[in-house]
Amino acid sequence: MQNENLVQISFFNQLMLVHPRKKQNERSEASVQVSEYFVNAEGTGDKVNLSDLLGTVEKTSGASNKTKKQLRNLQSSKETLELPLNKQQTEKVSAEFSVQLLVSCWKNIILQNQKAEQMVFPLNQESSGPKRVEQVVAGWKVQTPLEQEIFRLLHGSRQPVNDPVLTPVEEQSLKAMSLEEAKIRRAELQKARALQSYYEAKAKREKKIKSKKYHKVQNKAKRKDFLKQFDEMVKTNPEGALEELKKMELSRMEERMSLKHQNSGKWAKSKAIMAKYDDSARKAMQEQLQMNKDLTQKMVVPSDDEHESIEEGLETVPDFVNDPETVIDPVNPWMRGQLTHEEPEVSCVTAEEVQTAEEENEEEEIIGEFERKRKLRQVVEEDVVEVSDKEEEEDEEEDVSEFNTLFRLMRSEKTREGSNQTRGGLNTAGEEDEEGLLSEGQIRVRSIEDLEVLDEVVEPRAIEEPSAPQTAAAEATSEPPHKKKREINLKEVLTKEAKAVRLPFLPTVVDEEERDEQISIIKEAFAGDDVISDFIKDKSRQEAAGRPAVVDLTLPGWGEWGGVGLKPPRWKRKRFRIKTAPPPPRQDQKLPDVIISEKRTASVASHQVSQLPFPFQNTAQFESSIRTPIGSTWNTQTVVKNMTKPKVVTKLGAIIEPMVKEDFIKSKTTSKLWLLEIGHKKKKKKLFMFLVLWGCMLVPVRFAYNSVFVLIFFYY
Amino acid sequence: MLVFGFWTTKICNTRSTQQNRNVLFCLKKDPFPGEAPIPQKQLQKFQRGKKCKVPAGARERLKEAIAISEAMSEHAQKQAARYDLLLPEDAGFLEGDEDEDTNTISQADIADAVDITSGSKYFNLHLSQFGPYRLDYSRTGRNLLVGGKKGHVACIDWQTKDLKCEMNVMETVNDVKWLHTEAMFAVAQKRWLYIYDSKGVELHCVKKFNDVLRMQFLPYHFLLATASATGFLQYLDVSIGKEVAAICTKMGRLDVMAQNPHNAVIHLGHPNGTVSLWSPNQKESLVKMLCHRGAVRSLAVDKTGTYMVTSGLDRKLKVYDIRAFKPLHSCFLPAGASCLSLSQRGLLSAATGEIVQVYQNVLGSNPVSKPYMAHRLRGQIWGLAYCPFEDVLGIGHGEGFTSMIVPGAGEPNFDALDTNPYRSHKQRQEWEVKALLEKVQPELIGLDPGQLSKVDQASFEQRHKEQIEALGFDPLAKDKFKPKTKKKGRSSAGAIEKRKRKVAHEDQRDEIRQSVQERTEREKELKEKSNEKKLGNKSTLDRFRK
Repeated sequence: MQNENLVQISFFNQLMLVHPRKKQNERSEASVQVSEYFVNAEGTGDKVNLSDLLGTVEKTSGASNKTKKQLRNLQSSKETLELPLNKQQTEKVSAEFSVQLLVSCWKNIILQNQKAEQMVFPLNQESSGPKRVEQVVAGWKVQTPLEQEIFRLLHGSRQPVNDPVLTPVEEQSLKAMSLEEAKIRRAELQKARALQSYYEAKAKREKKIKSKKYHKVQNKAKRKDFLKQFDEMVKTNPEGALEELKKMELSRMEERMSLKHQNSGKWAKSKAIMAKYDDSARKAMQEQLQMNKDLTQKMVVPSDDEHESIEEGLETVPDFVNDPETVIDPVNPWMRGQLTHEEPEVSCVTAEEVQTAEEENEEEEIIGEFERKRKLRQVVEEDVVEVSDKEEEEDEEEDVSEFNTLFRLMRSEKTREGSNQTRGGLNTAGEEDEEGLLSEGQIRVRSIEDLEVLDEVVEPRAIEEPSAPQTAAAEATSEPPHKKKREINLKEVLTKEAKAVRLPFLPTVVDEEERDEQISIIKEAFAGDDVISDFIKDKSRQEAAGRPAVVDLTLPGWGEWGGVGLKPPRWKRKRFRIKTAPPPPRQDQKLPDVIISEKRTASVASHQVSQLPFPFQNTAQFESSIRTPIGSTWNTQTVVKNMTKPKVVTKLGAIIEPMVKEDFIKSKTTSKLWLLEIGHKKKKKKLFMFLVLWGCMLVPVRFAYNSVFVLIFFYY
Repeated sequence: MLVFGFWTTKICNTRSTQQNRNVLFCLKKDPFPGEAPIPQKQLQKFQRGKKCKVPAGARERLKEAIAISEAMSEHAQKQAARYDLLLPEDAGFLEGDEDEDTNTISQADIADAVDITSGSKYFNLHLSQFGPYRLDYSRTGRNLLVGGKKGHVACIDWQTKDLKCEMNVMETVNDVKWLHTEAMFAVAQKRWLYIYDSKGVELHCVKKFNDVLRMQFLPYHFLLATASATGFLQYLDVSIGKEVAAICTKMGRLDVMAQNPHNAVIHLGHPNGTVSLWSPNQKESLVKMLCHRGAVRSLAVDKTGTYMVTSGLDRKLKVYDIRAFKPLHSCFLPAGASCLSLSQRGLLSAATGEIVQVYQNVLGSNPVSKPYMAHRLRGQIWGLAYCPFEDVLGIGHGEGFTSMIVPGAGEPNFDALDTNPYRSHKQRQEWEVKALLEKVQPELIGLDPGQLSKVDQASFEQRHKEQIEALGFDPLAKDKFKPKTKKKGRSSAGAIEKRKRKVAHEDQRDEIRQSVQERTEREKELKEKSNEKKLGNKSTLDRFRK
């Protein structure tokens, strides 16, 4: 390490010495104009020493003692340095190196792209459309404490993150329970969701109502309700109450800022004019002012006494909302039912628990007589369940009567099994009718689970139905024979005759062994049967035609110089006879009764591959590589798509720019510069940062924070 | 409870953020992780060829290429095996009571026993006037074309019994055949070949095709192959209306014809007992086999192109393996079979006189024992054809037409993209366009349908030779051993020679080792064979041993 540092210093020194300035002597002549270039400073022309540069380090208090010590050591070392290369050589070396670097860094990427099954241009394209949370979060680590905190909060709530079917809590509960329990729980959850959706729908609907009066009443009611809740909260949950208080404070501030309820608005001004003549307008104005007062009133943390007084005040406020309720109170449940449907919020405001409970009971009576009857039949434990059920139920339940019945059915299922046995023969026709009616009218079957619940109701019908088709089928089966008998002529069909003629029907099958067969064929061929001998002749003719002929190159008259009749010896003649190599054995060599044509069909050849494609070394490899067809006739759709996907995909209308380093470096480093971290806190020894200049540019040395040094290589 | 504890501990451990994240996204555990397993049997069903092994010293690129192709074919195979579960239908069957032969069960009984729709598939058409009938079912199995010897031609939607057209061509009708759709059919009349549309309007009279006796339509090539009384085998491309090939077989009258659906080769039966195989690309027969001592009466080739069934005047019924051109077994039918037909599921029907017999398990090594079904008719049987995708056998005879129920004959699962019996008009049009686009050229017809996917060895060798001549060396040859130059006197001529010899010896040893191994294997095989002979049990695959 030390050595390296030394080298670096020497290099630095050398750099300074590459172009030593010309020595300028002090001018002796006096002149008017003195060039700024010729002003000499003290010590000009001297070599720049390390000590000159680092002298200040000693004085600076920031630098650590260690570094100072190191520097002193360096200064004291007296080793001579090697001569640097001359300029041409250094340039050459650096140029070569840079080129190498440039090329080598592309090499991999080129290879990778060549190998890639599919290239999509433009590169580094982000897929359009919303991403799943996991995709977004993948590759991102929770680092800072803040992030950790957030994550903990987010996932502490156990909301479904991935696949929002069930929350972990729900899952656990499902797991912990038996099937029936789980079913009930599920129904509960479903109910809760349904309720929520109904509530939302209701809120939406109410929001749309344009009547100002309605909203006024509504708001008032809400406020009152809120206050009541607040009082309770003070007792039970002081922290929550404090928060609410803060909210109130905020609203007060807003009011004070906006003066919404003072007589500054358009409406207020018009009312002010009318107030002289119109009583109601005056009242409205007063109300508004009261509102302003209320809102701007400073809130104090309510003590018990105050809270009481507030309650008293509240009680004195006339309750308009209660009036209609009392009017309709008469024991006609039908009327009530209608009204509650029209103004469900009203009943919500009148929080008279006993009354609502009664109301609910009546409601239920209306909704499901069937249900009640069953209840009557049910055992006492079931009733207990019912009571607890009622407590849970909310006011909105009226809207979800359908669901209620379903849910109750679910609950009652268990007990019904028991009661079924007792019921047995007691079932009257009337009851059945009612059941039928109910199941038709009220219960809407929504899912399989629901169906299961309704099984009992559905079953009797289901049993009845199949019986009808059966009879129908019986009729159908009984009918066709008549038809058949009309169509089919009896004489032609082998009915009774079949048995009589059965024996001649059966062929007397004589089995022969393969080999015997072949042998017999050959034998018969030699015996001189026409067909077989013809065939054998044909075959031998074909074989003969396939054999290559011997070429005799002897010229006429050769070797006859001595006269006619003298033949040259055989060995001499043999030299002029050219025998071509025998063809490969015929395909039908071992099949006596088959002639296979040895002719090569050239028609397919023009469509075949005749040259081995590049990476393959022999035909077997290539043939096996294309043995799987790619057509949709032989493959499934996905496979075809996968097999025939294009090598290059371009996006329509997108500009495809030449590849730059960022396209592939992105994944590795984030910035354009290659910042190489040399030292951590432990490696603080490294003191020097040098810019190694490879090409042309000099970039100032930069400090990373707190003694983490960064060496910047710049290859451009 | 367990899950809960796990959860909280991980949450509290703020340092292990990585684990933390993992936990967050692994809330739900899949009880059946990974893909569903595929049974080995199904995988085997969709295997295509053998896997290619990567040679030892292969280049990187070669390794990659092989790996990619292997992965792709494996994926394709797996997917196909997975989708196999979408073919849920089973074939029908007929089972008699104890001590009851199924061939004694009459058609009327079967029609009574089955449901109405199936029962209605047994019917007779009394057409005694216009002589024995030839018939053809369309490829989807919906339409039936019947042609009487004395000129009566009718096409019927046989399931609804809806008569599409009926006419008398006032000429002898030798054969009838549907073309690629139900919209057109060809009729081989006394002199020329005629093409009609489904309403009976004459579209073409092809005078190039004269005295046609038998016809076959090759659906994927759009070729109508005709065999004439003058001994000509002609091919008509019905998509462009051109004669593709006319081959003079020099074998006399050609009245026995069948096609091999596997490779579109035409089989012809001849009076001299031979069966010849033809493609439009060769003027001489691809294969000629001697099958019978008398004339060949009828031929049938099964759907997979593995088996051929022939019957001759010598009253024998023979089953051949036409991949190896070897007879599997033969049996003697006293009456002889005049017509043969193979169903999609391999039921063989043979017309022996006035009786139609249906045989089960004929295609295989076990010999024919007794018929699966039998049915007696009135007149001489002239045509037999199984209806595709239905358990129905159509019989054309002297007294008209009979549709017979043969349980287990038809393929229960159809490929709706290829032949959909329930296709609509629009679907038919779409199919026609696609089929035309995918039309296979007649040049590709040959004994081996996979020829196209093979390297043209002859021209490859020729080219290779030329390359060697041009370059002066063999580029594909194994590099000759070049001894390295070593220092310190170890690279003397003698030492180099020694080293060369060492390598040469090693090579030789390799060769010897290989040959020895081969020899031992051969011996082993021979031994096994002899053992088998001794034992006398033969397997189905033995016939491939040449």
